[in-house]
Amino acid sequence: MTDAPTLLELRGISKRFPGVIALNDVNLEVRAGEVHALLGENGAGKSTLIKTIAGVYRPDDGDIRVDGKTALIRTPHDAQALGISTIFQEFTLAPDMTVAENIFLGREPLRFAPLAIVDRRALIRHTRDVLASLDLRIEPDAKVKHLGVAQQQMVEIAKALSLDARLIIMDEPTATLTAHEIERLFEAIDRLKRRGVAVIYVSHRLDEVKAICDRATILRDGAYIATVPVASTTIDEMIRLMVGRDLQDKFPKIAVEPREELLRVEGFTRKGVLHDVSFSVRRGEIVGIAGLVGSKRTETARAIFGADPIDGGRILLRGRPVKVRTPADAIASGIALIPEDRKRQGIFALLSVRENVVLSALERFSRMGLLSLRRERQRAQQFISSLRVATPDLEKRARDLSGGNQQKVVIAKWLNTDAEVFLFDEPTRGIDVGGKIEVYRLMGELLSRGAAIVMISSELPEILGLSDRILVMREGRICGEFTRAEATEEKILNCALRGAA
Amino acid sequence: MPAVIVGLAIVFGAINPNFWSVTNLANVSRQMSILALLALGQTFAILSGGIDLSVGSLLALVSVVCAQRMKEFGLAFGIGAGVLAGGFAGLVNGLIIARARVPAFIATLGMLVTARGAALVLSGGLPIAGLPREFLTLGAGYLGPFPIPTVIAIVAFALAHVILSRTRFGRYVYAMGSNEEAAVLSGINVAKYKMLVYITSGLFAGVAGVILTARVISGQPTLGEVQELYSIAAVVIGGGRISGGVGGVWTTLMGVLVLGILGNGLNLVQVSSYIQNIVIGAIIVGAVWIDLARERRQ
Repeated sequence: MTDAPTLLELRGISKRFPGVIALNDVNLEVRAGEVHALLGENGAGKSTLIKTIAGVYRPDDGDIRVDGKTALIRTPHDAQALGISTIFQEFTLAPDMTVAENIFLGREPLRFAPLAIVDRRALIRHTRDVLASLDLRIEPDAKVKHLGVAQQQMVEIAKALSLDARLIIMDEPTATLTAHEIERLFEAIDRLKRRGVAVIYVSHRLDEVKAICDRATILRDGAYIATVPVASTTIDEMIRLMVGRDLQDKFPKIAVEPREELLRVEGFTRKGVLHDVSFSVRRGEIVGIAGLVGSKRTETARAIFGADPIDGGRILLRGRPVKVRTPADAIASGIALIPEDRKRQGIFALLSVRENVVLSALERFSRMGLLSLRRERQRAQQFISSLRVATPDLEKRARDLSGGNQQKVVIAKWLNTDAEVFLFDEPTRGIDVGGKIEVYRLMGELLSRGAAIVMISSELPEILGLSDRILVMREGRICGEFTRAEATEEKILNCALRGAA
Repeated sequence: MPAVIVGLAIVFGAINPNFWSVTNLANVSRQMSILALLALGQTFAILSGGIDLSVGSLLALVSVVCAQRMKEFGLAFGIGAGVLAGGFAGLVNGLIIARARVPAFIATLGMLVTARGAALVLSGGLPIAGLPREFLTLGAGYLGPFPIPTVIAIVAFALAHVILSRTRFGRYVYAMGSNEEAAVLSGINVAKYKMLVYITSGLFAGVAGVILTARVISGQPTLGEVQELYSIAAVVIGGGRISGGVGGVWTTLMGVLVLGILGNGLNLVQVSSYIQNIVIGAIIVGAVWIDLARERRQ
């Protein structure tokens, strides 16, 4: 790898936004055929840097060189012309068009020159060629909206290749993929490497970086920290470079002795979705639910919370059956849901931190029908100090906070209610290393106050590191249960894939 | 935005000193009160993430119902019936939006057409005259130096402000407009509060319709055409977000003042009403554009 020619070189890149220096004198060097990880906590400047390379932003200072020559990248189109393609987290495919139409959008092969009629046969043929070169079995005629997330991502990669990309930037490509799909992605990346295509790989998942990347460049607070060879650097070392300090424990598990049973779910069934799901959680206990994406873990949590209807089954709280038909019922019974998609389901981006924190318990802040803003402020202040939410003030809009801090705000919302059962769905998705640890600590505090936690997570280390018991779901059923002591990644994966414990 | 309003007032005042006369100011505020009431109702609808296209037509329906009931049962009954007619139409909007889950744009578009039709059917397409003289006071009278419609609009602004900033209903309106799915998952009874939103909008249109009926001292099935569009314009000009969650009574007040002062001022400086339309149209788009550009820069 060391002898491969340098494809892209950034020197002294700086980018300022009003009030923040997003990038300060950053360097990056990517060689042909290399998978280069870009690491850093949220807010470290990774997104700004890739947007600079992709032509979305223009740097205030610094040099970009492609093949040793100074390159001006002013628009995404410029980047494309230089062979740089970016696959953002939100895909840019047109859902109602076919795979072939998407791959060749704006570059359709034409016939009957002056009339410019799309040559459908050539379009399909070219598409087949591109897909075949990646060993993909996707129909060129399929509509993109009918494809799964993983396949859509492959289409994006195929599109980049058809544009003669020599450098493909992937922003958190595995965030929504299952373990199996991730393997397919890695195979595709391997194939790209062998063709001499370089990949810039942005991810929070260091085990993935370890698995497929050659070198890693680490950013912290907008500054360049180091570029290291991945093979000879441990994950702990990478974390240390990212956060600038030692993290003693990635999963600070507060040892709480589980007490009496708090929540019991019996025979939850919803036609075609859930099949006889039963389990219980005790006070002071974390029950982790593992499983592939699509194993109906989220549906289970939503059903318990009254957000989706069920056809059969019941809930017992503190030993007594309770009726939960709506989220309001669930909240009144002391159940809280921290949903998986924070932006879409958890946070009120346009409301202030204060308004977010008090929203589920407004009746506690009103007297004679009028809200007391003073009491709201007191309460919200209390929570943001005790949860250590980093915000300049209470009236700041929630969308201006980082992912980790938004998650704390969502959790704070439930601390205002009498919630004792907390359903965490992917509690740390998209949150950086430091933020994750804060969320884990918070979960520990809830436990020590006598709460019970159900935690759905697709990150096995998280499940293994925090759960007292682990349930594995597959196709809407619980297919296995492990104690903390007996659980291993292999056992869980085996169960999740094949349904056997 | 306040600077724009002051600027407009200064310019118009400089060109035509009559702008500052007590008679003119009383007039402007009286004319603005109808738009103000409609825009307040619209503020609830838009803030919650919806829209109410029916408010213009509701003016006509309210006017006809108010005039007919008044002739039959007297002044107070007529006024009450008018306001309630607005509220009832709002309830129907709310049911269709919250229970049948028809998008607000479509549901209230249907009501726009239906209410106009109902007003024409009930009235046979003709104005309803012969209302009691005292009724005129509501439209043309004064309370001290202030026209009565102006006083009503000011009270309505205060009321709407308290509701939006200090009640659970108000907070939920913002929450629904910011993120409806999160609102559901926060335990908010979204269907119930959506209904309340459209009932509120209908009631404001009801009050506006009664005042308008008093000003023309007759029931008119043709009142209020395109007023729903001006009410939307008033909400967004001041900085209300068209997709909900951002805005409030103050931003709507700014929008109403800009549209009201502009209309009156252009009249005073003798710009033809044809050209006025062009100016106002450009201002609606321009104001929102500037607002968005400012937000993007941040």
